Amino acid sequence: MGEPSLLARYRDPALLARLVGRLATLEPGRELSFMHVCGTHENAIAKNGLRGLLPPWLRVIAGPGCPVCVCPPADIDLAVQLALDHGAILATYGDMVHVPGRVSLAEARARGGDVRVVYGVADAVRVAGENPDRPTVLLAVGFETTACTTAAALEADPPPSFSMLLSHRLIPPALRALLAMEEIRTDGFLLPGHVLTVTGSRPYEPIAEESGLPMVVAGFEPVDILLGLLRLVEQALGEPRARGRVGNSYPRAVRREGNRRAVAAMERVFEPADARWRGLGSIPASGLRLRETYRGRDALERFAVDPDPDLPESLPGCLCAQVMVGLKEPEECGLFGAGCGPDTPRGPCMVSFEGTCRNRYLYQEQR
Amino acid sequence: MTDERVQLGHGSGGRLTHELIERLFLRHLDSPLLAPLGDAALLDAGPTRLALTTDSFVVSPLFFAGGDIGSLAVNGTVNDLAVSGALPRWLSLGLILEEGLPMETLERVVRSVARAAEVAGVQVVTGDTKVVERGKGDGLFINTAGVGLLRPGYPEGARAAGPGDALLVSGPLGDHGAVILAARSGVELSGPLVSDCAPVIDLVDGLFEAGVTPLFMRDPTRGGLAGVACDLAEQLRRGLVLDEAQIPLGPDVATLCDLLGTDPLQLACEGRVVALVGADEADRALAAWRGRPAGAGARRIGVLDDRRPGQVVLNTRFGGQRRVVRPAAELLPRIC
Repeated sequence: MGEPSLLARYRDPALLARLVGRLATLEPGRELSFMHVCGTHENAIAKNGLRGLLPPWLRVIAGPGCPVCVCPPADIDLAVQLALDHGAILATYGDMVHVPGRVSLAEARARGGDVRVVYGVADAVRVAGENPDRPTVLLAVGFETTACTTAAALEADPPPSFSMLLSHRLIPPALRALLAMEEIRTDGFLLPGHVLTVTGSRPYEPIAEESGLPMVVAGFEPVDILLGLLRLVEQALGEPRARGRVGNSYPRAVRREGNRRAVAAMERVFEPADARWRGLGSIPASGLRLRETYRGRDALERFAVDPDPDLPESLPGCLCAQVMVGLKEPEECGLFGAGCGPDTPRGPCMVSFEGTCRNRYLYQEQR
Repeated sequence: MTDERVQLGHGSGGRLTHELIERLFLRHLDSPLLAPLGDAALLDAGPTRLALTTDSFVVSPLFFAGGDIGSLAVNGTVNDLAVSGALPRWLSLGLILEEGLPMETLERVVRSVARAAEVAGVQVVTGDTKVVERGKGDGLFINTAGVGLLRPGYPEGARAAGPGDALLVSGPLGDHGAVILAARSGVELSGPLVSDCAPVIDLVDGLFEAGVTPLFMRDPTRGGLAGVACDLAEQLRRGLVLDEAQIPLGPDVATLCDLLGTDPLQLACEGRVVALVGADEADRALAAWRGRPAGAGARRIGVLDDRRPGQVVLNTRFGGQRRVVRPAAELLPRIC
């Protein structure tokens, strides 16, 4: 028993202190800010108070890395409809239940909708197996990390009553969209370790090359994150020709080619589709839809429902959309801590444990 | 709002529960005896001073590693009395049963109630049974009320808490919450993790026997250490600084929290005590606890200060600092 020794190394306060010391010796002479696109990074940074350890010239910005947060309101509204009007068992991941909208899934449950929290697609398939006489729909959110599990579940021939509202999103198209936004200034990206464990680092190479920005993939332990930031700073301060490459600070999980079986499963089941992101609008080829063979599992077709494109992106006053792309700090929102908190969230960023507002509210790192 | 409905979060012991108490229960039921909102009401009955508490148990699953709804229903109520400084004596037992519940299940639970009562040294002296139609209850719910005798001079004799006072915990945090979390999320633990469900009477006695006067005492159930720490800071209007490296956590609990993204500070315990004591009494209190099997893992985890009144700050093991706030709603419904 005891903590696995592998993880213990990446949680070693002494090792972390050495990395912090290395960063402190660098003097870029200007502010450097790097964006991560991963709610798990934000959570790890906030929970461990890592921002307080960084030199004053180094800023870490939270980008659109929380799948719950980027999920557009229309998809949640559809899920509510299926639960309330179509008698479906609506399965989804915990945080989705509390995202506010016209009606939240939690409210739908209180009104008699059968909304179930599941920990993974396998749970949802099990629920479907136990309830063969009723439709079970999984509201499937998440990036490539989760999408590959959805694909695997569909290939394993789930019960006929099982279908999905697909709201998966892909990270590389979002990076391109961010880079195209003029108001967003970042000196590079800290790439999400779990997403790249699936896809590999190769899809990011052309983006790094074209943008000329440093990109480093990092894991989620404090040492991983500090190491990733150190590599980003080194790239940013190094020879220009050394930039625009994808560095790997997470070699224990990430390969250039990724997990080939997972990628192949996704390719067999899904094809890219344009998709809306809360905060970023519609991004070409940034979502997934089912290929012809699996189209019958699409809840949109099965229940003949359509997303309502006119739903407002946020409740009045909520700045989630701007917070999500790093344009605003949570504290700049008039609702933050004043009417909007983890129990009374007005936007998804306050709901998800990967959400920037929630992490800021819960942990309020001292800098 | 007329459209407002009760949500699971209203029973979480978190902020929604607090809001419900303030806005509904206190509005209609306020009285000087209810207003302190302690774990138990402290009552004068002639020369005798009593503590009275009640608790309902809806835990799912009914049986879990280290306990069941029966032992939980005894220990939960006994512990609320104990941390109020009372010597627990008598319990009531109210059962709400669902039609079709196997009699064998009921007997297992009642046997467990009897065993737990014997261990805790309390008597079940009154009871009630109701049955609801199949589908209208989830097997079995229990309500227990408990009466205890307050120690002479406590708590009114304790001095007011102030900067420098030390926060202690009697053992590793979150074992009960982790067991339920694992059972409900289908995670199979390889280690022998069991609920810490147990009476804390001996731990509380140990403090008083060692001449330690706790300035604040709670059992960190729903809401975990985070909830208790926030209550403490808010009630005393002081700052509380916790030292993450000192907070005891079993390896299975830590791993499970990593897996599921749960903050271990928010996980419930059902057999631990959190106590604030004078700095000069902290070592004696720790020695008293560590001399008992239930307190072997006792640690000093924090200190009261004068900065940031009402707030709890955690010094992380990496040298950073962050706040600890009251847990959000519905971390895990029906944990007790």
